[in-house]
Amino acid sequence: MSTKTPSRLEKILDSGQLAVTSECGPPRGSDPEAITKKAEIIKDHVDAINITDNQTSVTRLSSLAACIHLKLMGIESTLQMVVRDRNRIALQSDILGAASFDIHNILCLSGDHQMFGDSPQGQNVFDLDSMQLIQTVRLMRDEGKFLGGDDIKRPPKMFVGAAANPFADPFEIRVPRLAKKIAAGVEFIQTQCIYNLDKFELWMKEARDRGLHEKVYILAGVTPFKSAGMAKYMKNRVPGMDVPDEVVKRMAGVPKENQPEEGIDICVETIQRLKECEGVRGFHVMAIEWEEKVPEIVERGGLYPRPEDL
Amino acid sequence: MIVADKKPIEEIIDMVKGYRKILILGCNECVTVCEAGGKKEVAVLASALRMYFMNEGTKIEMDEITLERQCDHEYLEEIRNSMDQYDAVVSLACGVGVQFMAEKYFGSPIYPGVNTCFMGVTEERGVWSERCQGCGQCILDRTAGICPISRCAKRLLNGPCGGSTKGKCEISKDLDCAWQIIIDRLKELDRLDDYEEIAPIKDWSTERAGGPRKVVREDVRQ
Ligand code: SF4
Ligand code: SF4
Repeated sequence: MSTKTPSRLEKILDSGQLAVTSECGPPRGSDPEAITKKAEIIKDHVDAINITDNQTSVTRLSSLAACIHLKLMGIESTLQMVVRDRNRIALQSDILGAASFDIHNILCLSGDHQMFGDSPQGQNVFDLDSMQLIQTVRLMRDEGKFLGGDDIKRPPKMFVGAAANPFADPFEIRVPRLAKKIAAGVEFIQTQCIYNLDKFELWMKEARDRGLHEKVYILAGVTPFKSAGMAKYMKNRVPGMDVPDEVVKRMAGVPKENQPEEGIDICVETIQRLKECEGVRGFHVMAIEWEEKVPEIVERGGLYPRPEDL
Repeated sequence: MIVADKKPIEEIIDMVKGYRKILILGCNECVTVCEAGGKKEVAVLASALRMYFMNEGTKIEMDEITLERQCDHEYLEEIRNSMDQYDAVVSLACGVGVQFMAEKYFGSPIYPGVNTCFMGVTEERGVWSERCQGCGQCILDRTAGICPISRCAKRLLNGPCGGSTKGKCEISKDLDCAWQIIIDRLKELDRLDDYEEIAPIKDWSTERAGGPRKVVREDVRQ
């Protein structure tokens, strides 16, 4: 493969090295430090930082604005964009806005339903779905066209990503769904947090059987548990999350004060095992409101130092 | 059918208090089937209101009529001669009927007696659920006969999302994931390969987004 955009993330993946990405959630207020401080902590240990887009449908500082803050610090970001809140006019407009700041990565998502957040009585949009957003960015980039057919002056140069959840149901279409996203034009994938490694490896095997691992860069998603309570919560309350009983037991089996360390251990072991899984091209470390642990996880996972000159 | 639900009686009392003579007007179609606005519900509402105002010491007269339909001129005309005697009408038809009444009897106060909810089916007596949002460009041929616009919480044309769990939608354990049903149907029809065809971006101009809609059929027009 050869690179199609100025994205550093794309260059690293193209060079065959394992990539590392992480993510930061913007604040529920307008203080830019809430985002710049988090970014400062992790920037030397990751290749790009995702900025979430009103995740779990809770209103926050905009993803695009936060990406610009990172850009001004010289940090590469990935603009997460959900189709829940914007129609095709707003989506394309924000893509151009991001491109005008040379933000080179985008992650196309459907977004959690608004009933989970602070505005359950609000409208949703869903003019496009995530698959169609992928197609839209590719159309804008590769053909230099708007969805309406007109030409774009200085088209966006974005490396196009999407999420994949190997653990959602029905399992039999999880690999076909990946194939579908690839057909839509996705170039990198960040997966749902992986705790059920056997199931993930089975998904990867099926993806390999279809040669999909050669058509898209798959970054395995990992999230450290801070506590046994969090493990239980993720198991029982978060839709589409697969936390096996033995993982919950392992967390609950250590004294409370040691649970954070145990959570990090599990995360590092996951990285070590999945490094051996053919088709895994990097890791997406989502340390939710625990960014200070990202450097340790990356170092202990044997993913440090990050490549410098490319 | 169009499914409606009863409005709380307090809301209706609030609307009609102050009037002397009221018509409670039912409809014999959808709202009868979903037991929200047929003859039976007209009678129940009228007697509840009578009781309420009697206890209150207010004198209110109430008539009950149930028309065949409230969405066609010919049936609404049946009450033309008696409309003069009423100070207000509470229509238990869906929002369509309420409005057609208001348009036809322009000088009369017309109030809605039900909350109109959706187009759907009777799953079992007392349980109705949505099936169609009238998008104006039916795509059921491509989704194994199951509608993702009305039945997927995110209207995904290329679902399911990552929140689909054990056949249920991420927003509620009581709600089936439409995409699980679509996939089960595709399997049953031996068409699972169709799943990988990407559904194109939809033209929503035939839906609500395009403004109020109209169907004009020259072939049946008189
Ligand atoms: S595709 Fe449109 S017309 Fe067909 S059932 Fe769904 S909402 Fe109704
Ligand atoms: S869980 Fe299923 S029905 Fe619910 S939003 Fe996702 S795809 Fe749609």
